Amino acid sequence: MAEIIESKIKMKKEFIKGLWKEHPILRQLLGMCPALAVTTSAINGISMGLAVIFVLFFSSLVVSLIKKVIPPQVRIAVYTVIIATFVTVVDIFFKANFPQISRALGPYLPLIVVNCIILGRCEAFASKNSVLVSLLDALGMGLGFMWGLFLLGSIREILGFGSLLGVKMMPPEYNPLIIMILPAGAFLVLGFLVAVMNRLELRIKD
Amino acid sequence: MKNLILIFISTVLVNNLVLTYFLGICPFLGVSGKLESAFGMGMAVTFVMTLATSISWLIYHFLLERFGLLFLEYVIFILVIASLVQIVEMFIRKFSPSLYQSLGIYLPLITTNCAILGAALFMVTRNYDFLESVVFGFSGGIGFSLVLLIMAGIREEVNYADIPYAFRGAALTLIIAGLLALVFMGFSGLISS
Repeated sequence: MAEIIESKIKMKKEFIKGLWKEHPILRQLLGMCPALAVTTSAINGISMGLAVIFVLFFSSLVVSLIKKVIPPQVRIAVYTVIIATFVTVVDIFFKANFPQISRALGPYLPLIVVNCIILGRCEAFASKNSVLVSLLDALGMGLGFMWGLFLLGSIREILGFGSLLGVKMMPPEYNPLIIMILPAGAFLVLGFLVAVMNRLELRIKD
Repeated sequence: MKNLILIFISTVLVNNLVLTYFLGICPFLGVSGKLESAFGMGMAVTFVMTLATSISWLIYHFLLERFGLLFLEYVIFILVIASLVQIVEMFIRKFSPSLYQSLGIYLPLITTNCAILGAALFMVTRNYDFLESVVFGFSGGIGFSLVLLIMAGIREEVNYADIPYAFRGAALTLIIAGLLALVFMGFSGLISS
């Protein structure tokens, strides 16, 4: 009985850690290129987040299933090919069903292939843990990534367009800060978010 | 010729891969602590990127397009990059041990550098011909090295400053990158498209 409770606590921990303590964007600073590039609006952030969750989930599943048969010398190449396969699936799916989102995400959808979060989770977690725990870890990390993108996208959309998810949020006399939509704005907003995160962590410790 | 020079200037200064397309941010944040390592990383990336765009171009046009295998694009490109990095690593170790000493640790990291795959994908979407692709790959690497070196120079100075706790490390680096991106926007008038 105690073992079951213990494993349940462990599973919960593996799931929760990606959402806050080991948040992929704000704490580990992984997967920065899609995080900065596509978050000009909240909806782009959500679609990129969903794509990453899908790829992360299935890559972790496959890697944790076949971890014993992968020769260690070529493991990185094997992981990359597995990831690239699922990215191709997502890419074709978006192109066929949501051409508009596919255009908005541009080359950053195929670039999920080299997203360090996915390779990082395959190498550091899925290749060493059982299937169920790996899937929980992947889901937690993916959801953490998604809320990070959503937050970044919302801030940039509100400040840069004066709207959120396409709905006007600011009074008509608000003068949009175009800089927030440009690359420089992405770096600045993320920099301040990381600083806020550091500050919050310090307060929790005290 | 004019075309090639335009590609060079626009890729290095106007549409820098790091500051306008956010490619290669991970090494940009990770390896920009010291000037020396930034230089090594920059050289390794330039080298691999030039080779990767050239070879990907050949494979894309002579294999994938001809035999209708375009859905394999991502898988093939990433395999090309991974094996290229491996070959380059073996080659350098054999022929120039001193270069291997200085580049050694950065070479394996390059496989997951999104700037390389990004450059290969851009080359396809922009319909570059072979020579243009080679120049594009090379200038992409030079642009990456330039920004990496500037960043390393700034960070070496910042190390001596007294920074509030929350901003130490990545937060400040990101804000500096934002200011750099603002500065590079000044180049945008250089080429009228």
